[in-house]
Amino acid sequence: MNKAKDPLFHIVKRDALPWYKSLGIRLIAILAALIVCAVVTTILTGINPIQVYVSIFLGAFGTARKTWITFQNIAILLLISLALTPAFRMRFWNIGGEGQVLIGGLAAAVCMITLADKVPNVVVILLMIVCSLGAGAIWGLIPAFFKAKWNTNETLSTLMMNYIATQLVAFYTIVWEMPKGSGKIGIINQNTNVGWLPEIGGSKYLLSIVVAVLVTVLMYIYLTYSKHGYEIEVVGESERTARYVGIKVEKVIIRTMLLSGAICGLVGLLLVGGINHTVTTTIANGQGFTAVLVSWMAKFNPFTMIATSFLIIFLNRGASEISTTFGLNQSFADILTGIILFFIIGCEFFIAYQIHFRKKPERRMIVND
Amino acid sequence: MESKTAAVSLRNITKSFGPVVANDKVNLDIYRGEILALLGENGSGKTTLMNMLSGIYFPDEGQIFINGKETVIRSPKDAYACGIGMVHQHFKLIDVLSAAENVALGMKGRLNLKKTSEKIRNICDKYGFDVDPDQKIYSMSVSQKQTVEIIKVLYRGADILILDEPTAVLTPQETEKLFAVLRNMRNDGKAIIIITHKMHEVESLSDRVAVLRRGCFVGDMATKETNAQEMTDMMVGHKVTLNIARPEPVNPKPRLKVEGLSVKDEDGIYKLKNVSFEARSGEILGIAGISGCGQKELLESIAGLQVTESGSITYINDDGSAEELIGKDPRKIMDMGVALSFVPEDRLGMGLVGDMDLTDNMMLRSFRNGRSMFTDRKTPKDLAQTVVNDLEVVTPGLSTPVRRLSGGNVQKVLVGREISSCPTVLMTAYAVRGLDINSSYTIYNLINEQKEKGSAVIFVGEDLDVLLELADRILVLCGGEVSGIVDGRTTDKNTVGSMMTQIGGTGHE
Amino acid sequence: MINLVAFIPRAVVQGIPLLFGSTGEILTEKSGNLNLGIPGVMYVGAISGVMGSFFYEQSVDPADMNGALAILIPLLCCLVGSLCMGLLYCFLTVTLRANQNVTGLAMTTFGVGFGNFFGGSLIKLSGSDVPSIALSATSGYFSKSLPFAGKLGWVGKVFFSYGFLAYVAILIAIVCAYVLKHTRVGLHLRAVGENPGTADAAGINVTKYKYKATCIGCMIAGLGGLYYVMDYACGVWSNDAFGDRGWLAIALVIFTIWRPFVSIFASIFFGGLYILYLYLPTGMDHMEYQELYKMIPYIVTLVVLVLTSMRNKRENQPPSSLGQSYFREER
Repeated sequence: MNKAKDPLFHIVKRDALPWYKSLGIRLIAILAALIVCAVVTTILTGINPIQVYVSIFLGAFGTARKTWITFQNIAILLLISLALTPAFRMRFWNIGGEGQVLIGGLAAAVCMITLADKVPNVVVILLMIVCSLGAGAIWGLIPAFFKAKWNTNETLSTLMMNYIATQLVAFYTIVWEMPKGSGKIGIINQNTNVGWLPEIGGSKYLLSIVVAVLVTVLMYIYLTYSKHGYEIEVVGESERTARYVGIKVEKVIIRTMLLSGAICGLVGLLLVGGINHTVTTTIANGQGFTAVLVSWMAKFNPFTMIATSFLIIFLNRGASEISTTFGLNQSFADILTGIILFFIIGCEFFIAYQIHFRKKPERRMIVND
Repeated sequence: MESKTAAVSLRNITKSFGPVVANDKVNLDIYRGEILALLGENGSGKTTLMNMLSGIYFPDEGQIFINGKETVIRSPKDAYACGIGMVHQHFKLIDVLSAAENVALGMKGRLNLKKTSEKIRNICDKYGFDVDPDQKIYSMSVSQKQTVEIIKVLYRGADILILDEPTAVLTPQETEKLFAVLRNMRNDGKAIIIITHKMHEVESLSDRVAVLRRGCFVGDMATKETNAQEMTDMMVGHKVTLNIARPEPVNPKPRLKVEGLSVKDEDGIYKLKNVSFEARSGEILGIAGISGCGQKELLESIAGLQVTESGSITYINDDGSAEELIGKDPRKIMDMGVALSFVPEDRLGMGLVGDMDLTDNMMLRSFRNGRSMFTDRKTPKDLAQTVVNDLEVVTPGLSTPVRRLSGGNVQKVLVGREISSCPTVLMTAYAVRGLDINSSYTIYNLINEQKEKGSAVIFVGEDLDVLLELADRILVLCGGEVSGIVDGRTTDKNTVGSMMTQIGGTGHE
Repeated sequence: MINLVAFIPRAVVQGIPLLFGSTGEILTEKSGNLNLGIPGVMYVGAISGVMGSFFYEQSVDPADMNGALAILIPLLCCLVGSLCMGLLYCFLTVTLRANQNVTGLAMTTFGVGFGNFFGGSLIKLSGSDVPSIALSATSGYFSKSLPFAGKLGWVGKVFFSYGFLAYVAILIAIVCAYVLKHTRVGLHLRAVGENPGTADAAGINVTKYKYKATCIGCMIAGLGGLYYVMDYACGVWSNDAFGDRGWLAIALVIFTIWRPFVSIFASIFFGGLYILYLYLPTGMDHMEYQELYKMIPYIVTLVVLVLTSMRNKRENQPPSSLGQSYFREER
């Protein structure tokens, strides 16, 4: 026997873990990530790790206003993630959420600016809704069309669409500069409030949150119970199977991306018409990319996405609180987000595989044909 | 023979995948100057065992001795170092590289393709192979690819050769040629292991045969001292009759008429050329041919999945009215009321969705039913339960992803779904590939049952023995053309075999 | 008419970071890893170099600066920084077999954040009393062109007026092209990217090749970031200034159909597109058109992407296992 030559361990794929175990592994990963985040913060700022989390918590929920903003941000990120989800379920890597949001926002701004004095407010708002959703949908449609027709790599085409949208917004920003030379549009219709989405429940934050809750539920139902959702699933798993049962793959790709883009357009509408009342090139603030990760971390389940977008926003708000207090750069939040993501990405391994040490005494059952 | 040191000895080799034990305490000896046939049903662990020898898998337990010395094979590299070379069932070749580049893979030293090519030519001369070292793999035929695989192994000077079902893709003539080469190598003093489940190959080629059953070593013996029946008994564990039932067709009527069908692939090469035939109700039409000579395209054309070049496919209703199927997709065909069922070759890549559970897979055909925008999961669930009960599908439950089931059970699920719609035309491609004997018979019975119900069955098979016992008529394809249609009851294997390689089979020796 | 003698050097200077990025990514993709983290890697490479030279400049008197050290310290820091990113990517996608798209995006988030954070907070964190990060002394060493360039007229301007890293970029691209095509290492690497199962069965250590190719690829890409700050931007770090060049580098890989040699010209062409807006007429008071002209590189990329997908040639396909992780005992 020369056991010394044997490899110490090797890796085998494991069966599906019960949900509580895989949840446990993920929670441990998040916990470990939070500890690492605290350590990093401590090194950079010198405050003690407990204090780090107190600061993060206060940053997110310190005052009523902060809490509202936190929830509003969660709603926006959640909405973008939900928008991307049907595409991801179809294995269509839509990383163009950024551009689709921007173009939706731009469409809303165009309506607000050009129609301000011409038609009643209600009509302006209705047109804004139509234009934003439509613009987002078109931005989703273009890469989908190329994908369906020529199998063009969608990761790169959606990415390019982001920058085209950015430049379009930059173009209009200069066209409608207010005041001239400032390089920004400024608050649109500040005096007349034309095209400002109505506040509901007396809170200017509530609208996005209500929309997000609504879309979450609808999206869950759409994906899980509708025929469209089933088709998306089949196309995502195997295009050949889809063709075999007579599903028109091209049609499903285009339809799904129209939906995906339209919901992104809706987010643009909320950002421009409901929250910022202006449009800038950075209005989406990289959330189109973050949403990819939020959606993936939630395993493309709309309800789980509430938790994952909460986690990201919570850290983000907290990290900016820390950076403000210590006069550091706002990008601190990205570093913390990155660390959390790395841990969550890494922990998937322990859910799908197990490390096997040799000479395991335990024997297994034979499952026969 | 016992006095010699074994080239390879396996002792108590155990390997499991998740809860499935693929090899359980297997002991096996392989000697030089001998061809050993490793026999066993599919899923009996033959390939797994050999993969451990070639370094693809690592055993959970047990020891391997090479020339009497204990050896740990951690990777294919280690295996090569021990002189072990394996020709895998699915070729391990890189399509965009040339033969010489493929052979040079994994070797040491400066890259010198000229020298490699030269050495390859020498090997070709020695064994009578016909391969151009500079040809790209993707433009090669299957048998050429296999030759490259064998050259690869020889180039590295391997003297323990493992071949995993090498004849599955070859014509009878090519098979004979390969066997001649293998005998040649045996006489050279090499140890050769051939994995197969075809009895006549075992009998004509091997010196010794070893049998695996459900991952366990059952026994070995000299080929001369045994016979097909005994080996089958050892493989299956209990006696099975080799006879497949073949009821007489009842009142056959034309159901499907294919006329002048031609299909080209993306490169503009004809995959089917002017194919005409008729499938009749209550009859099994077998389709024979070397793999890749148009079977897939033929079935997919009928199913509405293939773009056709010319020709017509007409479906004839009970009342004699005819409908053209070309230019219609599967959904349109279904909407026209044509009950066409298709069990494709690629079960998990086409027929079923591996990651979906049984219920959702049952829905694949029927999910569009009803006007509601939501799916109905109640009916498919009942259907799944019926299929599980009737066909004795072994599954932990209806919500298990089908990917987790074994090959035989996956096929039962697929066939179960396809026949649930009472098809008037049932097409199956390699319906029993990879299935053990019991599962195979279940499938044959199901197919016969459909035939008796009046279905027109089109059965594409690779095992001529089965085709000859099951089919009423056999259509033989050769290079995308119809070589001939023969009566399954009167023809013999030689006739069909020669028709597979030459139109009309005139080249019969 | 555009003045070509003035235009080409600017296009080259714009193209060099893209060349570093795309060469690195080609190498990475040849091993079957689709690294969408390249933008992040380039940020990390840049800021690591900046940090190295910042501390070096702070620690010595400008007059005592040693030319070799001024170049070596940031160079080394940059390589180490991007190597760490490469190792991280490999650990997650190769060892832990994580989804490559997601890992790449996370690395970009992290890397860009890392760059901007330290770029913005370095002065405060180190307690220095300079107003901004302007490493003009170091930059001087990096952008020093050949002494005779000035004397050669337009030839000197077009071919010899660049800092040494520009030539390094071209050299690396040529070496990569040679290695991929004519050496055993290149053959093995291509095999790993095409079909890791086959490569493995042939005795090639797939994990090792993936790690090496990806890490070296990241280091090359990181140099692109360093070149941008030290040479193009004259040593001045400003947040987000590097912009989307990382993504363009990834797009270039497809544009060049995985050929580092083609990438040399393609990068310079893209560099030209990137600054074309400065040369196109806008008319008085219509600066907004410049914003539209800035779209050109993205639209060209999109068009090329669509065109290459329309012409589906066997030799022009991505490595077939691109984006998939390899597990030997997959059943």
